[in-house]
Amino acid sequence: MTFLDIKDVSKSYGKVTVLHDINIAVDEGEFLVLVGPSGCGKSTLLNMIAGLEEITAGSMAIKGREMNGVHPSKRNIAMVFQSYALYPNMTVAENISFGLEMHGVPKAERLAAVRDVSGMLQIEPLLERKPSQLSGGQRQRVAMGRALVRNPDVFLFDEPLSNLDAKLRVDMRTEIKKLHHKLGSTIVYVTHDQIEAMTLSTRIAVMNGGHIQQLGTPKEIYDNPANMFVASFMGSPSMNIFPATIREKGSALGVEISVGLGADKKHLKLIDGGKRAKSELHNFINKDVLLGIRPEAITDPDGADRNAQIIELVENVVDVTEPAGSDTYVVSHLGGQEVVARMRADAVVKPGEGAVFALNMDRAVVFDPKTEQRID
Amino acid sequence: MASITQDTAINTGRVSRALIYLFLLLFAFYYLLPFGVMVLNSLKPLDEILSGNMIALPTSWTIEPWLKAWSTAQVGIEPTGLAPYFWNSIKIVVPAVTISTLLGAFNGYVFTKWRFKGDTILFGLMLFSCFIPFQIVLIPMARILGMTGLAGSTGGLIFVHVIYGIGFTTLYFRNYYKAIPNELVMAAQIDGAGFFQIFYRIMLPVSGPIIVVCVIWQFTNIWNDFLFGASFADFDSQPMTVALNNLVSSSTGVKEYNVHFAGAIIAALPTLLVYVIAGRYFVRGLMAGSVKG
Amino acid sequence: MSSYSKPDMTSRVQSILPKIVLSPSLFLILIFVYGFILFSTVLSFTDSKMLPSYDFVGFSNYVKLFGLRHWSIALTNLVIFGVLYIVICTLLGLVLAIFLDQKIRGEGFLRPIYLYPMALSFIVTGTAWKWFLDPGIGLEHTMHQLGWESFAFNWIKDRNMAIYTVVIAAVWQTSGFVMAMFLAGLRGIDNQILKAAQIDGASNLNLYRRIIIPQLRPAFLSAFVILCHLAIKSYDLVIALTNGGPGRATEVPSTFMYSYTFARNQMGIGASSAVIMLLTIASVIVPYLYAELKENKHG
Repeated sequence: MTFLDIKDVSKSYGKVTVLHDINIAVDEGEFLVLVGPSGCGKSTLLNMIAGLEEITAGSMAIKGREMNGVHPSKRNIAMVFQSYALYPNMTVAENISFGLEMHGVPKAERLAAVRDVSGMLQIEPLLERKPSQLSGGQRQRVAMGRALVRNPDVFLFDEPLSNLDAKLRVDMRTEIKKLHHKLGSTIVYVTHDQIEAMTLSTRIAVMNGGHIQQLGTPKEIYDNPANMFVASFMGSPSMNIFPATIREKGSALGVEISVGLGADKKHLKLIDGGKRAKSELHNFINKDVLLGIRPEAITDPDGADRNAQIIELVENVVDVTEPAGSDTYVVSHLGGQEVVARMRADAVVKPGEGAVFALNMDRAVVFDPKTEQRID
Repeated sequence: MASITQDTAINTGRVSRALIYLFLLLFAFYYLLPFGVMVLNSLKPLDEILSGNMIALPTSWTIEPWLKAWSTAQVGIEPTGLAPYFWNSIKIVVPAVTISTLLGAFNGYVFTKWRFKGDTILFGLMLFSCFIPFQIVLIPMARILGMTGLAGSTGGLIFVHVIYGIGFTTLYFRNYYKAIPNELVMAAQIDGAGFFQIFYRIMLPVSGPIIVVCVIWQFTNIWNDFLFGASFADFDSQPMTVALNNLVSSSTGVKEYNVHFAGAIIAALPTLLVYVIAGRYFVRGLMAGSVKG
Repeated sequence: MSSYSKPDMTSRVQSILPKIVLSPSLFLILIFVYGFILFSTVLSFTDSKMLPSYDFVGFSNYVKLFGLRHWSIALTNLVIFGVLYIVICTLLGLVLAIFLDQKIRGEGFLRPIYLYPMALSFIVTGTAWKWFLDPGIGLEHTMHQLGWESFAFNWIKDRNMAIYTVVIAAVWQTSGFVMAMFLAGLRGIDNQILKAAQIDGASNLNLYRRIIIPQLRPAFLSAFVILCHLAIKSYDLVIALTNGGPGRATEVPSTFMYSYTFARNQMGIGASSAVIMLLTIASVIVPYLYAELKENKHG
């Protein structure tokens, strides 16, 4: 039985539809991340799982129990808000136990539960303080404690780390991941930060414009993006996408791209003859497509992946170099666009001079310019 | 306006500053003079007022006018002084302030945290009621109070003041609660708290400042009201303001100015006291009355 | 409310409760404000005298109203009083606020002095000023006593000048409030803008004229709306200060309504004067409220 079953869910405000036919089946213990730009509908979907907003069409079930119209307090869910929403006039202990109190849990049990949870989150010394006396990170933990203590079926997180500074964000991210491993709880987590999505999730739903663009594991999303939106949204720096043309060369298929700022063209092999029959690419021979390749797949020749099947070498002019300490980002022009390559830190490259780029074509993806979908 | 003098970027020359101080002090004088003169002359025996001038200090200080104003002056039919009317005002003000504040709190809560279709229009209707000239409701209200037997009673006046205060109190609480994040209510709903529980456990505890503002504002307005008191009270239930006006405007006999002044100051004391003690909240109340969206 | 999902009991109760809680106030307001307005309006079209009658006479009350000399006096007085009151209060409040904003020592001392009259009942104010302005006892008498024999200030007894005494007393009462509003507005202006203008070479006068005062527009608007509404409603002050006198020289619509309805038993005419008062206020308030609340709808 699917733990959290979202079937054909839509949401409209009057005539405006903000969520279209959302289908997600979440298993118990999964960490599902809803990621996308502002306005994509992820927070609305989360609110609907919580019961804070109504579903216009479709159904939602938790543990097989239909949740349409069920009041939030009766769904056995808990939520951590972006602003933490701690009750300002209550102490930390009271904040955490409030939900239990509302559900009629006797005082002794409440105290025990608060003790357990605060021990787990290491906030025992803060129990008698008020939220205004806590730092951002501490408030975050209290908010999590409030959610944990209820032992809900599903945990909902609404961008909980957005209000923290960068370092704290990274620390808290690890904490949340550890908690998930320890407790095995089912989590639905909303964020606009794709790194959080990648690092925390068991599955990601990339959303845009009220649609799910792709639902899959982090690896699937990253390596095989379903369309251009997913490809460019996930990954930082984002995937390089530039125009190319599919050409046959012998039995293999490859792409022809322009190199540098001039009219030079180069052919890069994509797939061998063997695999070619299974691929859609032969429908696009001599047609224009968009080639996508991530910066880490374009390296200096020595830094290329030794296990890759197809590495193509391209000589090109370097526009800009950005030494980042651990790597050097090198910007050049391919297909008439700026392309970022990630080279080893000690690669010998200078702006304005030539260099050899190694493109790992195993990792390349091709998109149909008209539909923006990936061609396999 | 809890802010202290802010550092402005403006600089003024010495002569201009002197002129500014002069202007400000002149006007301080303008504001203090009438009241100060009243206080001064309330402590003089009557012949000094009639023979002397109003700025002269009393040669013989006396509190007799005050005693007279309080307990023996001829206000209505009996020479009871203003005391019974003072208590009338208290009997009206306390319940009226309490009830209208309570209603305003709930209304503000509903309008900000439990939005529904059309609530803006309803709020607008309530708001507009703050601005109507009360003359437009005098006639029907007089009829209704007469028909229900509430005419001339304290209860009737309380009723009137509550109704026409709801608009203001709702406005205050609504503006205040608007600033409380809605996520608090959402979290409480998930926690299982209901409408009233959220109000008592979460909204009310942080409502201190606005309750003070609301109470002060309502108290001042209702205590100082004259029109409703004059229209709907009879001799026994008249509030202080009406009694004062009767005292001061009586055209028979000798005008005992000193008693009049003492009476006026007694009438003004409660609200002035409130202003002195909680002036900061008073100002906040004036400011909060602006219909900021 | 979507027709798709059927809310459970808890949800239904929780969504009904707010409306139930709101209803008493709404009910009261609907009946005792809007219902009454309707009632008075209807009355204005009848020939009610001492008691309401329901014989309709069309607009004849209004025709009679505008033919009455007392009403013309009342309207004229309202205009004179209203314009002077609003203009002087605004100017005075603005000037006081600007001066107080100049890093004045003792500002905390001066501000409450300017504001305290707001805490007083109009009756108290009227009493204080009535006496102060009385030629036999107040200012004129005092000046004579101090040696300035020719000083004359008997406006309050002068038919033509009495209305101006109402202005003086009303300004005394409310200008502090206007000052407080402007002061808050001034304090809300970003200092960095001022510094930038000074670097650009603006003199203090220009600074105020071109930058600061335009930024006070919301305060001007609020002050105008509130003063307007106070001017039209002013009843207590006139009663206490002059009782509409001398004779009827300081009659204003609010006193007119009261005397015609309750003293002269001309309820129909009284009601029509109240309706006119309402319409006048509404013409200012309704657009203001509409503009302010428009943003609320999308909230």
